Amino acid sequence: MGLELIIQLGYVVAAGLFIFGLKMLGSPDTARKGNGISAIGMLVAIVAALLDQGIVQYEYILGGMVVGGAVGAVAARTVAMTSMPEMVALFNGVGGAASGLVGVAALSIADGSFTYITIILSILIGGVTFTGSLVAYGKLSETIGSGAVTFGGQKFVNGLIVIGILASAVMFVMDPTNTNMLYTVVGLSLLFGIMVVIPIGGADMPVVISLLNSYSGLAACAAGFAVDNNVLIVAGSLVGASGIILTQIMCKAMNRSLSNVLFSGFASISTAVTEVEGEIKPISVEDAYYVLEAATNVAIIPGYGMAVAQAQHVVKELMELLEANGCEVNYGIHPVAGRMPGHMNVLLAEADVPYDQLLEMDDINPRMESVDVAIVIGANDVVNPAAREVESSPIYGMPVINVADARTVFVLKRSMASGFAGIENPLFYKDNARMLFGDAKESIGGLVREFS
Amino acid sequence: MDVSYLLFILMLSVFLGFELINKVPATLHTPLMSGANAISGITVVGAIALAGSGNADMAQWLGAGAVALASVNVVGGYMVTDRMLGFFKKKEG
Repeated sequence: MGLELIIQLGYVVAAGLFIFGLKMLGSPDTARKGNGISAIGMLVAIVAALLDQGIVQYEYILGGMVVGGAVGAVAARTVAMTSMPEMVALFNGVGGAASGLVGVAALSIADGSFTYITIILSILIGGVTFTGSLVAYGKLSETIGSGAVTFGGQKFVNGLIVIGILASAVMFVMDPTNTNMLYTVVGLSLLFGIMVVIPIGGADMPVVISLLNSYSGLAACAAGFAVDNNVLIVAGSLVGASGIILTQIMCKAMNRSLSNVLFSGFASISTAVTEVEGEIKPISVEDAYYVLEAATNVAIIPGYGMAVAQAQHVVKELMELLEANGCEVNYGIHPVAGRMPGHMNVLLAEADVPYDQLLEMDDINPRMESVDVAIVIGANDVVNPAAREVESSPIYGMPVINVADARTVFVLKRSMASGFAGIENPLFYKDNARMLFGDAKESIGGLVREFS
Repeated sequence: MDVSYLLFILMLSVFLGFELINKVPATLHTPLMSGANAISGITVVGAIALAGSGNADMAQWLGAGAVALASVNVVGGYMVTDRMLGFFKKKEG
């Protein structure tokens, strides 16, 4: 059996392990094992790649692995769960950059137009993923403003960039010795990545991260074509498909099309003024305690504000006290709560909340009428009844968690400022809504102290 | 390798990917993304061949850079996913 065959078989085994690992990720019981199996697949693929007889020098490879591995390990160990969106954004970018570099480096072994086209593709997708992810990271970590950045002629500028990329790509493929054209593609791709993410507002970040996740896979896939490697194509397209599915789920949860999310920054935002009747009714921690003490069924609806206030651990304490008091407690989690898909679930899981109490929107909504108290913590748009009732509202049609169906709703909020989307929330004015103003962590902490 | 053969692989794995990921529940979407990050580090395999080729100096350095970046993804991605999945527990009893 030749060495080349062994290497190829190694890749086949690796691809099989990735697929099996992803399958096991379909249930919380097996997910951790699945991740381990996928990691073994990666190890097999790397060992197979190292067996390649074309490799004459191992110093560069080892150096790269040690440096990269150390950085990755430190980041993975130290990152706080509240910062997972930033971390994933950075990892997306790093993956894109790696595939882009492979594309450029593959020039030395390239022949034939098809290879040149795939090199261009891996540079283009990789470059866009890299800078796009850096901008997304900046917005998520708020090192740059998280709002949408728009300016006059934005469409025109972007159009020019696209034309520039296409023109220089065609010229390079026709004459591959003209590397200046290739560097133009590199530069323009990097610029384009910035341009496509800056007009997207912070509330749409779950979509952007999912999309960039998909791109990082597609970049690996394109790099696979460039260096003629099956396992890159298989693994890359699995990741690409995964990102696209998550993107779809996020868009559906906001009742918007992908193009609307990507380009809405360009359109003027409709400023429909919703007429809201009723008045805001604040409640004190003490009164809230009396209501909760009598409750037998409580639903907690977390949003990004819970992450900001780092309130997940004290929420879990309150949950335990309520349960000890004979009360059923569930969580209702909207698909776009937080800054990335599944963000709230991870935060609550870290705080030791069992995952079977984390209900999806479609599971909690039918139960809402039997809920005594719905506690909204740092969420706003995902519980906004205007999405169901006010046709002129910008979020009309978006599926929301129907907290107003509960007997009483507590809304924990810092102040009366509107949510990320800047839309008035009629929920606060409903007869059964009570506002518990202040820092979420302190308010819940106050409730915990009342109980104990 | 034959182009049509590579495209064939691409098509099959895209369909397979859609089938697999559709079954992942919302509660696991964050680990799914970071796990996908780790898998996209597969670029390291392509980068290894380039970094060790011993020919053009430039390509070798670029390859080494790509190995480093992809290793961040592989090591970081799998470790952080494992850390997260360790948090997910069922209700006792």
